[in-house]
Amino acid sequence: MSRNILEENDPTSKAKIHTSQQAKKRLQKRYAKEKRFRLIGLGAVLVAGLFLAVLLATIIVDAIPVLRQHSVTVTVPLNAEEIDPEGKRTAASVSGANYGGLIKDFLREKYPNVTSRREKKALYGIISSSANLTIQEQVMANPQLVGKPLQSEVLLSDYADLYFKGSVSDKSKIETAGIASPVGTEGEVKILSTSNDFGKLLTEVKQGLTVQLKEIERNIAGQNRVLTRLQQRKTAIEQSLTSASETEKAELQKRLDQIEKDKAAAENLIGQNNDKAADLKSRISTAGNSLAVDRDISSYIISINGGKVKVKQVSNTEIIGEAILPLSSEQDSQNGQWEITKISPPESERQISDKEIIWLDQLQAEGLVKNHFNTQFFTAGASREAEVAGIWGAVVGTFYTMLITMALSFPIGVGAAIYLEEFAPKNRITDLIEVNINNLAAVPSIVFGLLGLAMFLNIFGMPRSAPLVGGMVLALMTLPTIIIASRAALKAVPPSIKEAALGIGASHMQAVFHHNLPLAMPGILTGSIIGMAQALGETAPLLMIGMVAFIVDIPGATGFAQGFTDPATVLPVQIYMWADFPEKLFQQKTAAAIVVLLMFLVAMNAIAIFLRKKFERRW
Amino acid sequence: MQLLTDFFSGLLGLIISPLGVILLLSALAYYFALKKSSGFYAEHGREVHSLPFYNASYVALSIFLPAAVFLLIFSIVAPMVYQSMVETTYQNHLQSLTDFQQSNFINNVFALTTGNITSKSSEMITEASQYLTSLMNVGQYVRWFGTIGFAAIFGFLAYRAVNPRLRARNRVEIIIKTLLIICSIIAILTTIGIVLSLVFESLRFFQKVPITEFLFGMHWSPQTSIRPGQVSAEGSFAALPLIAGTMLITFIAMLVAGPIGLMSAIYLSDYASPKFRSIAKPVLEILAGIPTVVYGFFAALTVAPLIRGWGESIGLSVSSESALAAGLVMGIMIIPLVSSLSDDVINSVPQAMRDGSYGLGATKSETIRQVVLPAALPGIVSAMLLAVSRAIGETMIVVMAAGLAANLTINPLEAVTTVTVQIVTLLVGDQEFDSAKTLAAFALGLLLFVITLTLNVIALRVVQKYREQYE
Amino acid sequence: MEVQSAVKDKVEQDKAMALKEETAKTAANTAAKTVKMSGKDVCVYYGEKQALFDVNLDILENSVTSLIGPSGCGKSTFLRCLNRMNDVIDICRVTGEITLEGDDIYDPSLDVVELRARVGMVFQKPNPFPKSIYDNVAYGPRIHGITADRTELDELVESSLQKAGLWNEVKDRVAESGTGLSGGQQQRLCIARAIATKPDVILMDEPCSALDPIATATIEELIDELRANYTIVIVTHSMQQAARVSQRTAFFHLGKIIEEGETTQIFTNPQDEKTQDYITGRFG
Repeated sequence: MSRNILEENDPTSKAKIHTSQQAKKRLQKRYAKEKRFRLIGLGAVLVAGLFLAVLLATIIVDAIPVLRQHSVTVTVPLNAEEIDPEGKRTAASVSGANYGGLIKDFLREKYPNVTSRREKKALYGIISSSANLTIQEQVMANPQLVGKPLQSEVLLSDYADLYFKGSVSDKSKIETAGIASPVGTEGEVKILSTSNDFGKLLTEVKQGLTVQLKEIERNIAGQNRVLTRLQQRKTAIEQSLTSASETEKAELQKRLDQIEKDKAAAENLIGQNNDKAADLKSRISTAGNSLAVDRDISSYIISINGGKVKVKQVSNTEIIGEAILPLSSEQDSQNGQWEITKISPPESERQISDKEIIWLDQLQAEGLVKNHFNTQFFTAGASREAEVAGIWGAVVGTFYTMLITMALSFPIGVGAAIYLEEFAPKNRITDLIEVNINNLAAVPSIVFGLLGLAMFLNIFGMPRSAPLVGGMVLALMTLPTIIIASRAALKAVPPSIKEAALGIGASHMQAVFHHNLPLAMPGILTGSIIGMAQALGETAPLLMIGMVAFIVDIPGATGFAQGFTDPATVLPVQIYMWADFPEKLFQQKTAAAIVVLLMFLVAMNAIAIFLRKKFERRW
Repeated sequence: MQLLTDFFSGLLGLIISPLGVILLLSALAYYFALKKSSGFYAEHGREVHSLPFYNASYVALSIFLPAAVFLLIFSIVAPMVYQSMVETTYQNHLQSLTDFQQSNFINNVFALTTGNITSKSSEMITEASQYLTSLMNVGQYVRWFGTIGFAAIFGFLAYRAVNPRLRARNRVEIIIKTLLIICSIIAILTTIGIVLSLVFESLRFFQKVPITEFLFGMHWSPQTSIRPGQVSAEGSFAALPLIAGTMLITFIAMLVAGPIGLMSAIYLSDYASPKFRSIAKPVLEILAGIPTVVYGFFAALTVAPLIRGWGESIGLSVSSESALAAGLVMGIMIIPLVSSLSDDVINSVPQAMRDGSYGLGATKSETIRQVVLPAALPGIVSAMLLAVSRAIGETMIVVMAAGLAANLTINPLEAVTTVTVQIVTLLVGDQEFDSAKTLAAFALGLLLFVITLTLNVIALRVVQKYREQYE
Repeated sequence: MEVQSAVKDKVEQDKAMALKEETAKTAANTAAKTVKMSGKDVCVYYGEKQALFDVNLDILENSVTSLIGPSGCGKSTFLRCLNRMNDVIDICRVTGEITLEGDDIYDPSLDVVELRARVGMVFQKPNPFPKSIYDNVAYGPRIHGITADRTELDELVESSLQKAGLWNEVKDRVAESGTGLSGGQQQRLCIARAIATKPDVILMDEPCSALDPIATATIEELIDELRANYTIVIVTHSMQQAARVSQRTAFFHLGKIIEEGETTQIFTNPQDEKTQDYITGRFG
């Protein structure tokens, strides 16, 4: 040891310690580490940014289609004796007519060959069930319309709307070369072609079947993997079963039973899939010249002589199909005059059937379908029909709720902050209040909902689902945020200013209200706006006090003051409710409602940032 | 525009309401008191104790406050009085009914009277409604009379007191100070309200379900009865599976948010250029400002199907409401919280400490890992605790993306449920208030409150200690 | 224990020897010493503001150079340039040339981490890390990887603490936190920490300004002892301190060097009037 120290004291021994070759190598390693650490940090920030980008992108992509909406112009005969048998031509007298029936008549006339009940139901379904209300309102607003045929623009149903937006199916044309000659014009139709058009179609259908087969085989492989895993778990449990205690045994047995059940289910699925695969294989291999086209592969529609034929059976030379729109004649059709359209994905995988597509295409071909800005979404209240539902009800509910929140939390919050920061004596009670406020800021929001339910609804007997109660709950929730922000803003004002005011004889109250408060106001406002933005996005406490009810009426419709006690919902809750609905259009509308909510929040934060930038003062 | 006209008609309604009347009276009194005191102020000048403004404010407040307090008390007490009077009058009828029918009866009477349509209205209800209407008419008289009476008496006394020697400014300041104190007390009252409502409802719950079962039982199924012959036949209420589920999701969330949040805080405070920081910080702030319901939507409709798809492609069976999806998205939500709290903590490590390390030839990462982080450790721990508390209390993400069935599992691919999900499930929809099911929600709420409060108190304590160390 | 006392004896002997050598050296001409570091036309800017103007200064090996001058004169700025601590400040810009054994330290090929390992620094306020005393001293050797194993590190920590004159006070509690020591002890810990990295040059930025007179005396003694093995540059406010500990002195004023030279010469026979005024206490 002492030898070492002697060496230490020899200056030459340390001279090269940081410049030697070894030291350089160590340094390189350290820099590699440094770089790695830095990259990890950068990666973390980028991952967070990526999350935000993905989140916003998925929502915006979903929301954009909601900007547009499709309507169809229907013409209905407003026969006086049907609509207004009393002949009074008043809103009341025309209100009771069967407008829904008129729309159905319109559709039946358009497609006279639709006869079966099921098909009729499908046909009526392409127009929104709100259409009769649209016409009813139109007529009631102007009863003089009765007697003449009325052209009215009504909404299409949600899936029809989505179809026109191109988000449910893809259409593509298949090249043809020959002259087609149809046999039959209605019902089952046979079409022959002079060229190898149908031979090519046959190959394509085979390809479709092969793709399907592969998919099923992949499924089988996957299920087999699951099966092996289950088998492994089973043997493992069986082994531990031998050495287990009585209580453990019961638990293990239960698990074993569950595994058995899962295994049976998997085996069953494999069996079914095997059958399907075998069936497909036989169809692909044996049917050299004729194949059935079913719902599990893409559909093929032939447009010829003004009609539409859905292909059911295809062979090298001909197809047999169902005429969904009747042909005008059995004449031969020159190449270019007829066409084959492929509709993917398979009918079984999309929400809209081939028939509905053909009906809708026909309406569009006649120029009856209109694509327009979706005012409905911004002006209507809630509805169970996806195409009708709008956010206005929720926006108004939000407005009322936020009004209450602001009216309560701002003055109370600022008042409390002024007292605690400027007047409160420093003792245990004010310490307690301070700790209490800090903790209150971190209490889960749902607990405030429970408070609202127990206190405001059950003890004070306030109305359920009302913006008044919602606003009060949110006010209590935002209070700590506002108090903390306001105190920080007041604290930032240097004491010299107050001292100056006190020095020339102002009372403490005057000094605070004339100097500290105005100087702290930008900070207070910024904090309050951020608090309000929090409240605006809050959902959970409002669920507790029943603001989750399904409310069609827009709150405040009967008077401004009633708006505070009318049942209402708010934007975030509306989003929560819509997110639960299975319809795709509802999903898109949820995304659109989110975009609206985010825009409100962005606006509020922009104001807060503006205030901060404009009035921020550094002492 | 409709809203705007409504707004003005509402304003008109406000003016002819008692509140409007006392506002008007206060304004008038302010005017007259100002005139009176301005008069003697002009005459006596500096001998007058308070400025005319204070004299006038004093009179106006003397009118407004007592009347407003009366109105507030009246609007809380009156409905209770109405209800008890209806109940005593129709005592005989009510006694023949079950508890549920009783409350239904009262509700219907009130609904019919206030003009809301009731589901079914019997003769008895109509009769009671008429009785209630007459009661309410009397109430209206009391309200108007009381309001104006209070305003008049106090207004008169205050106006008469206005003279040059009145210490009006001091009185106004005392009133304002009292109001400020009341504002501060509301914050305390909120806490007391939370504790009382949770504790009382929970106590009622524990009368139906023993607390030992709630805390230590193994099965949560509020819908069905598990043991045959169970008296309440309401199901079993044991919070353990819920706590386990909550912990699982919180754990996953912290696995995401902890490292990402901490590392991004380090990067932003010690590495990033000012320009990069000026972009990255707002990104994190936006992430923090996105409402949780949006995260819930994202979790349920984008992340959960994605995870399920991945899982299935490698042969794993993934629940469509997997804990993984909810935890992952919750983690994303908490990143900015962890990051901003850690950022504060890291920045409060004195520069001298870093200089000491740099001066010895340490690289940045060595300085951060071996000096800054150990020094900031207590603060970081408390940041993580606060984040955990936030994750435990988070509701919307789990309501939308986690399951309802209480599975006791640690497999993140299975569906679990959480305390908050169950509170929402139990309370959304129409239920009788006194059933064990609704009361259970309050017991769960109490549990949640206690857990998060404990975490917060510890975290805030640690942070405070830590701040003191470097200040 | 026996070993330790042996060590102690050894150290005392060394000290005595060093002291003898010292007297011999002072007698000899200091100009014979080699130049360890040197600054040529060093200018420093903080953003728009220029803090140093064409500073030229040679720092001789194994001697103590003190930088004196009124507040804000740039002496600390110059000191921080010597191991590029100014890099930490974003807006700071340095021009001119500073060399360490002939190599330009602002040359991109010269590594700042290596530089700081060779040119250690002790700060105005004691800044021990919130770690144990042992870990504080072992920090430098660990990050630079200059010890091969644990026993070697133990020895290095002990010898560093001994050189800093702290070993006897803390040898029983090296595992306790370094922040629990008194101010003077903390500063000596920081010096031990700097020594443990085995630097060639130690920079000290007003190392005694936060300490009481007794602690200051201990540190000054320490600096004098360290001179045998290290080149030391010290910034100080106290002219007595400069006179006591340094062999060479540079007087800074308004970002410029007014005068530099042998300490005895500066204090007894200053060439410049400003220096004269400053050391006689007429300003500053």
